Amino acid sequence: MTPSLYKIRERVNGNAALVRHGRDVSLAFLLGVGDQDYVVTIERGRVTAVEPRRLATMTGRFTIRAAKPAWEEFWKPVPKRDHHDLFSMLAAGIAKIDGDLLPLMQNLQYFKDVLATPRWEG
Amino acid sequence: MGGLSTLPAFEPIVGRYFTLNVAGDACRIYVEEAGSGIPLVCLHTAGADCRQYRHLMNDPAITDHYRVIAFDLPWHGKSTPPAGWRDREYRLTTDLYIETVRAFCRALQLPRPVVMGCSMGGRVVLHLALNHPDEFRTVIALEGADRLEPYYELDWLHRPDIHGGEVCAAFVSGQVAPQSPDEHRWETLWMYMQGGPGVFKGDLYFYWFDGHFDDRSPRIDTTRCPVYLLSGEYDSSCTPERTQATASRIRGAKAIVMPGIGHFPMSENPALFRTHILPVLDEIRRVSPPSGPARPRA
Repeated sequence: MTPSLYKIRERVNGNAALVRHGRDVSLAFLLGVGDQDYVVTIERGRVTAVEPRRLATMTGRFTIRAAKPAWEEFWKPVPKRDHHDLFSMLAAGIAKIDGDLLPLMQNLQYFKDVLATPRWEG
Repeated sequence: MGGLSTLPAFEPIVGRYFTLNVAGDACRIYVEEAGSGIPLVCLHTAGADCRQYRHLMNDPAITDHYRVIAFDLPWHGKSTPPAGWRDREYRLTTDLYIETVRAFCRALQLPRPVVMGCSMGGRVVLHLALNHPDEFRTVIALEGADRLEPYYELDWLHRPDIHGGEVCAAFVSGQVAPQSPDEHRWETLWMYMQGGPGVFKGDLYFYWFDGHFDDRSPRIDTTRCPVYLLSGEYDSSCTPERTQATASRIRGAKAIVMPGIGHFPMSENPALFRTHILPVLDEIRRVSPPSGPARPRA
């Protein structure tokens, strides 16, 4: 697994404000890093698992995908332009989203923050 | 408690209301201003309000020379929508926006003001320079271009199963540069969270669909109305490339790309923005305004 992905669970769950922002979020979504998909499972704002997608039937409500170098840039403390935000990556054609976007849009800042947690210091 | 108390250190900004007639509607408008000198009318971004300009209005380096005036468009901030709004779908058009700004400047009897707008305000000032060059001393387009490409569906911004304020703010949060101070980032986004239902969406109709005019922008005559274009490095909609492309189509336009700034320069990083805007304002002040027709009295 990409090292930065390991940080998501711990950093989200260690941030009470972020968990509170996601208090109504209980679902799984797919995070695509290059050719590898990961299943990110969330229960009431807490990340309970980040694991490689091993089976075709393992899926999520929506999918966010980008190339590995794009995520590596995204997770830098100060990313380059077009790599600093999910929607900036969408605008630049660097990331793609699919699936049921409603829960993503209902909690958009929460999901943006969850994705960015590997960027945090510490 | 007790004893002599002192008044708080009020900011120099003064806000007032008046009724502006635009396109047949009587609109109660909120306007605030500070300073004296050359009128500088400031136009806020889509879905926001004139508080974005508070740092300029509190900067003596600007207000010593400029009368900085910012107002909330109808439907925005503390300006109310026109009567009957409940049965209308708000949708800003190029013609309505141009007419609103012109009506505002006429109402305040501003003698050929400088007009500076951001984002959709940066777009409309180019229309003003094209169509009404003799009414404005100079236009400054912040994050403004003559052509943009939408990258999301506007329907997400106004529907009953998504909180409008939160989703509008979340859509634009990535338009703030990562280097911008958190205090100013979240104040900028708070204004988006406070927008009226469907207003940001209605503004983006102008910004993304009705405002394209790259076919006409080459006709802007900068000898009659000078044009400045300032855009942030991290802007994902009015990118540095689109700003440069716009400048290349407008002969005499001056373009500046601001490193480490996003789509909201005046509110997301006021200290950094002033290093870019002060030289522009100084230059405008030093250059005599191009001659134009008779203008209203101040």
